[in-house]
Amino acid sequence: MKLTELTEKLNLSVRSAQANLEREVTGGYASDLLSDVIGNSKEGNLWVTLQIHPNIVAVASMKDLAGIVLVNGREPEQETIEKAEAEDVVIMVTKMPTFELVGRLYGLGVSGMK
Amino acid sequence: MMRKVRADLHLHTCLSPCADDEMQATAIVRQAKRVGLDVIGICDHNSGENAAAVISAGEREGLAVIPGIEITSSEEAHILGLFSTEHGLMTVQDVVYENLHGENLEQAFGPQTVVDEWDRVVGTNSRLLIGATTLTVDQVVEVIHCAAGLAIASHVDRERFSLIGQLGFIPKGLGLDAVEVSMPSSIEQEYDYPVVTFSDGHFLEDIGRNSTYFMIEDVSVEEIRKALRNEMGRKVSLH
Repeated sequence: MKLTELTEKLNLSVRSAQANLEREVTGGYASDLLSDVIGNSKEGNLWVTLQIHPNIVAVASMKDLAGIVLVNGREPEQETIEKAEAEDVVIMVTKMPTFELVGRLYGLGVSGMK
Repeated sequence: MMRKVRADLHLHTCLSPCADDEMQATAIVRQAKRVGLDVIGICDHNSGENAAAVISAGEREGLAVIPGIEITSSEEAHILGLFSTEHGLMTVQDVVYENLHGENLEQAFGPQTVVDEWDRVVGTNSRLLIGATTLTVDQVVEVIHCAAGLAIASHVDRERFSLIGQLGFIPKGLGLDAVEVSMPSSIEQEYDYPVVTFSDGHFLEDIGRNSTYFMIEDVSVEEIRKALRNEMGRKVSLH
């Protein structure tokens, strides 16, 4: 499934790299420990987190993730948005908490395991 | 005259809810002397309210004590602040308190006891000291530096509550004065910052379990800063 379909179906607001919404999502990963995301996320994953520090962009870029969704209505720091634009990393935001968002993603066919 | 000073600058007291009740001013100082430390630092979670008592106990018993704090950033990374004066610590504590919300639940997290230099209980701190402040790591480092303190990222080789655990790697340009490691095997790793090791002691028997040697002229935060920067012959040694 493409990012653009997910943003429409789940009403996610896009905060950076709008041009990259055609990217295909291969699965999902939810974690707020960035060291864990570096260790365990997979290329093409949609990453669900509440961390808003600029380092999330570097991690998404390093692991070639499809995009990042920030939960609980949290907004990225300004520097995070600037980095994300520069590195073409899609950041989306939602008011939903992680549990709800992940449940809905799963319902739409985004899985955490191959 | 330069001398080799053995330091354990990351100790908690009974003010930290997760630390043992026996971590009181005189008890800490006596144990530190017993295990051969020359200087200790008091770094409770998000508070400096027991530092003065330990400093007084240290003056009485003949041990240098540096006032400090271990601040939890909004990303839940722990950063140590070490100061030349109690005043420096108190100005930082004010900023931390303004940005720390919630009340401690003693049954869940443990008691937060304020003591005097004779280990008498003089009060209880009701703030949620185990919680995270709303300050980002960059802001925490800035607040510490504004009070002329040393900013040291705590136990970066652990997963929980460490800068690297929480944020994957040390953000560029953070301007730390050092990083603290907990495990001897981490000492050889490259971190872009000077490496120190302290015990993060929560129990009396932890004190001095890890320590760092500073080659300095007298025991002060300014001398330690020079050692971290390798200035004027001052040095850090982990053995």
